Amino acid sequence: MTTPFYVSPEQLMKDRADYVRKNIARGGSVAVLNYDGGILFVAENRSRVLHKISEIYDRVGFAAAGKYNEFENLRQAGVRLADTRGYLYDRRDVSALGLANAYAQTLGTIFSEAGGKPYEVELIIAEVGDRPEQDQIYRLTYDGSVADAHGFVVIGGAADEVSRVLEGSYTEGAHLGAALRTAVAALGRDGTETRELSPTQLEVAVLDRGRKRDRKFRRLVGAHLARLLADEPGADEAAVSENGNGDAEGDGAPASSSAAGGSGTAASGGAAEQGDILDDIDDVLEDGDGEDEARD
Amino acid sequence: MEGQGAGRFPGQSAGAGGGLMGSAFMQSGTSSFTEFLAAYNPEYLPGRRMAALGATGGAVPLDVRHGTTIVALTFPGGVLMAGDRRATAGNMIAQRDIEKVFPADEYSVVGIAGTAGIAVEMVKLFQVELEHYEKIEGVELSLDGKANRLATMIRGNLGLAMQGLAVVPLFAGYDLETGEGRIFSYDPVGGQYPEHGFYSVGSGSVFARGALKKLYRGDLDATGASMAAIQALYDAADDDSATGGPDMTRRIYPVIAVVTEEGYRRLPEDEVSELVHEVVDARHRSPDGPQAPLR
Repeated sequence: MTTPFYVSPEQLMKDRADYVRKNIARGGSVAVLNYDGGILFVAENRSRVLHKISEIYDRVGFAAAGKYNEFENLRQAGVRLADTRGYLYDRRDVSALGLANAYAQTLGTIFSEAGGKPYEVELIIAEVGDRPEQDQIYRLTYDGSVADAHGFVVIGGAADEVSRVLEGSYTEGAHLGAALRTAVAALGRDGTETRELSPTQLEVAVLDRGRKRDRKFRRLVGAHLARLLADEPGADEAAVSENGNGDAEGDGAPASSSAAGGSGTAASGGAAEQGDILDDIDDVLEDGDGEDEARD
Repeated sequence: MEGQGAGRFPGQSAGAGGGLMGSAFMQSGTSSFTEFLAAYNPEYLPGRRMAALGATGGAVPLDVRHGTTIVALTFPGGVLMAGDRRATAGNMIAQRDIEKVFPADEYSVVGIAGTAGIAVEMVKLFQVELEHYEKIEGVELSLDGKANRLATMIRGNLGLAMQGLAVVPLFAGYDLETGEGRIFSYDPVGGQYPEHGFYSVGSGSVFARGALKKLYRGDLDATGASMAAIQALYDAADDDSATGGPDMTRRIYPVIAVVTEEGYRRLPEDEVSELVHEVVDARHRSPDGPQAPLR
């Protein structure tokens, strides 16, 4: 016969936090930082279709680390909330703060509910303003805590190490290329040795203040990303002129429809390429059989 | 606010284990915003107000605003849509500078004729619908997919259409797969018809289409197509009292939008003004406009 025994709330919360932290630590990191033209998102991600960085609304971007199905669920909820709010009120009434609060309440509730398992995720919600001082970056942890960051913030596996590197190397008001190289160099120093991350291992996007359209979110892909990483002269300027004439490359719409093709839809639920996706998920999140291990 | 869930994801009230999963925002399922909104609160959808109208029985007696004439024509590598600026309520000119041509998304455009209030709401919902799908799924809908979504929305308005509040949009876009501009027309019951070359809807559409029939050529460029559209709208305004001609004194000119490989672009006012002046000057000499050769 089993005897019910007392577990102190402190112990219960600590156990849950340990479990979550251990699993998040397995995945890669995501860095979000201010640059002179907006907000830059950089993640180590070898998948082209399973995104860690996404658009939520006109000025609001989303980055996540941890368990894919959990943060994807949160991302979709955020898109629904933002679109509903923007439809019922006005596009300007959708803010990062509102979303961050909604996420904080949701994560906090899930974390403290006795029945379920806490979400193994960390999130960043960022909003680009008309002027640099209006930019907002919020970091949310698995227990629903919110912190607003200035300059840069890192989530995921090696957040502490990467943050430490960025503390030394981050400069305010850097150009896009310089900020990107700083972030990529920092993400490569998440362990004992320094790794060199290539464009194919990276997912990069910006909330571009200078973009003429309402939707400021833009993915940086392909040749443009490679040029920025290689510090080729003119790469920054190319980015600027791209804004002026409706940026053909790296724009979410045409790029994703040609590059992602059918697998894009499969990623969000289709069964056709399940095998590929499972491989991808393993690749990307290094999640493995984390849950079983943690329960031992 | 809380009740509408605008501030947070509803259903997450403390204590209820798994209560969050029951909330509308957290439920994974549809990538259609309209379907989500229907599940969340159907009152927010256009065309769901039958109950309120039931009492009036037959035709709606209200003097609601009506949009009038929209024209669209394709040209190699793109499509153009233009609309006049008048809204009428009965025999009154309700608005002189209404806009009836909107970007649906980056590669498509939608123009509205019929009951302006419902049509504008429908366009707003359609814009969110396309953007929502793109964000949730990570890819854009195909042009045919977009056209079908719009047909579904018009079908949702059937009840109101039967009572006299019909919405008849015109949809056009650049097809990224085939690399050409395409036009789709609709009727009030949601029938959807691909059109070739040119089309027009609204009260002045008969006259505009007659003009386009004589002016349209397959080899027009964007400027030539703009010219043809302005001529057609001029002819519509000439013979239809509900269509507004170019208002030279107030400087109110038609809205002209072009969609090509580079995306949606609304012609800036000075460009339109130049073309309009050219047309109006020529009409001073020949009020019926350019003449087509007899044979």
